Amino acid sequence: MPNEEHAATPPEDFERPLELTDDFTPGESNFIKVDNFKFFYGKKEALHGINLKIPSRKVTSFIGPSGCGKSTLLRNFNRMNELIPGVHHEGDITIHGMSIYDPSVEIIALRRRIGMVFQKSNPFPMSIYENIVYPLRIAGQNTRSVLDETVERCLRSAALWDEAKDRLNDSALGLSGGQMQRLCIARAVASRPEILLMDEPCSALDPIATAKVEELIIELKKDFTIVIVTHNMQQASRVSELTAFFYLGNLIEFDNTRKIFTNPSMKQTEEYITGRFG
Amino acid sequence: MTSAASNLPRNFFSDSGKKTSVLRLFRNHFLTGLCIALSLLTLVPLFSIVFLVIQNGLPLLSENLFTQLPPAPGLDGGGFGNAIMGTLVMVGISLGFSVPLGILAAIFVNEYASGSWLASIVRFVAKLLTGIPSIICGVFAFAAVVMTTHKFSALAGGIALAILILPTILLTAEQALLGVPYAFREASFGVGATPFQTIWRIVLPEAMPAIMTGVMLAVARAAGETAPVLFTALFSQNWIKGIMEPTASLSVLIYNFASLPYAYHIKLAWSASLILVTLVTLSNILAQVIFAPKHH
Repeated sequence: MPNEEHAATPPEDFERPLELTDDFTPGESNFIKVDNFKFFYGKKEALHGINLKIPSRKVTSFIGPSGCGKSTLLRNFNRMNELIPGVHHEGDITIHGMSIYDPSVEIIALRRRIGMVFQKSNPFPMSIYENIVYPLRIAGQNTRSVLDETVERCLRSAALWDEAKDRLNDSALGLSGGQMQRLCIARAVASRPEILLMDEPCSALDPIATAKVEELIIELKKDFTIVIVTHNMQQASRVSELTAFFYLGNLIEFDNTRKIFTNPSMKQTEEYITGRFG
Repeated sequence: MTSAASNLPRNFFSDSGKKTSVLRLFRNHFLTGLCIALSLLTLVPLFSIVFLVIQNGLPLLSENLFTQLPPAPGLDGGGFGNAIMGTLVMVGISLGFSVPLGILAAIFVNEYASGSWLASIVRFVAKLLTGIPSIICGVFAFAAVVMTTHKFSALAGGIALAILILPTILLTAEQALLGVPYAFREASFGVGATPFQTIWRIVLPEAMPAIMTGVMLAVARAAGETAPVLFTALFSQNWIKGIMEPTASLSVLIYNFASLPYAYHIKLAWSASLILVTLVTLSNILAQVIFAPKHH
């Protein structure tokens, strides 16, 4: 394990605009705080005491070889991992300084505040419209005008409005793969979350659809704190300000994306970036 | 033609004329023919039954069959409207018990407790129950309902049929729920839905066509069974007055009338068979066509 303090805190200079972004707005530097977090599938320890602070309204990517724990950590931010039987954790994760494991936290409310986009797009077998308003309907919101507004807002923020506005009542399953994934992003932002978790959102998409989703991610970070797990290192360098490199359940390095990809501090990071393993 | 190709022998891609080829051709055609013949053979029993039932059942077919009561022994005329109604009522009662119970149990087994010992026991018992002879369901309902209420009744018949079809409905419903991709549940939980909302709004609608297929197959099974209703609902010459009365059913009517020495009653039994076969076939077709799984 490298110097934990170094690995855990965003670098001093992350507040400085990176070349990627013109409209840089400083955010809270410890919006999501992971505190000596360990996670177990049964007896197997998948995360070995992760310390990490994720700033708000930035894109942070998690990279690392398969099985390194990056998805596991991501899926703990909205406690999705708890759907798997036999898991438990140690340590803490706080958002806005509040523990997500506090007994007062309702998982339902937590997940409403944290949107999630999955590896494989998973629209419901319903119309495009009903897909987007589903998060509202389950929260008891059925007022037509509110639903209509939400559909337009979400489709616009997912850059899908122009393509979908004339077919809102068509089945979502008739969309192309890239459109489906953008629909899932629209659905994920419907309940106005602050955080958007993306678990390899482009791994099943062709390059053109990937480019569209990446543009969208850069656009969305004005309003959302985005954490994205990706296997595609170019993608990490294109969309994110900060990059965390995981290996075998450890956080090896967390720094400015540019620094990670040009001048990483850790040898393992360098080896992974340059393709010597992983 | 290029020079390279013209150098090939004319029968380069053909064995025609060679000895092996004749043998192989013969074997091919023989085995194909055998397969076709055997497949046709499996249709023979089905078609002979259908033919026989239509041939013997058709002559009496008229609306009287549906609207009139059976004639007294030795007399002609009349029908078996009460038996058709009785069968429908008892199948209805059995569905009333077994559909909610079966679907709820399937939801529990698959959605709430899929890995638990209780779920394994429920699943195991349901599989065991599918193998129980139908007469045992009748015996059980006789002991549990007829003996306690001191009455043969449509309710007892319906309960016997419910026990018979419950495992089928449970197991097909469970398969239907299993067929719903996990990604749908994940997406629903991901936007903050409760397990109940996820099941009610996403999983059940998606599984419904396959569940209904199971229900229709169960209907076909229940409508055709004789043993469970034979000594629970008994029989009646009259219209059904309430579910606590002895009740006629098509299957028991066939059993009763076919063994009577009166020609007209035997003809009625044939007609009842035709109607029963039609009912069962219709619900089978319904199961396979109307509720066939959607293909996305």
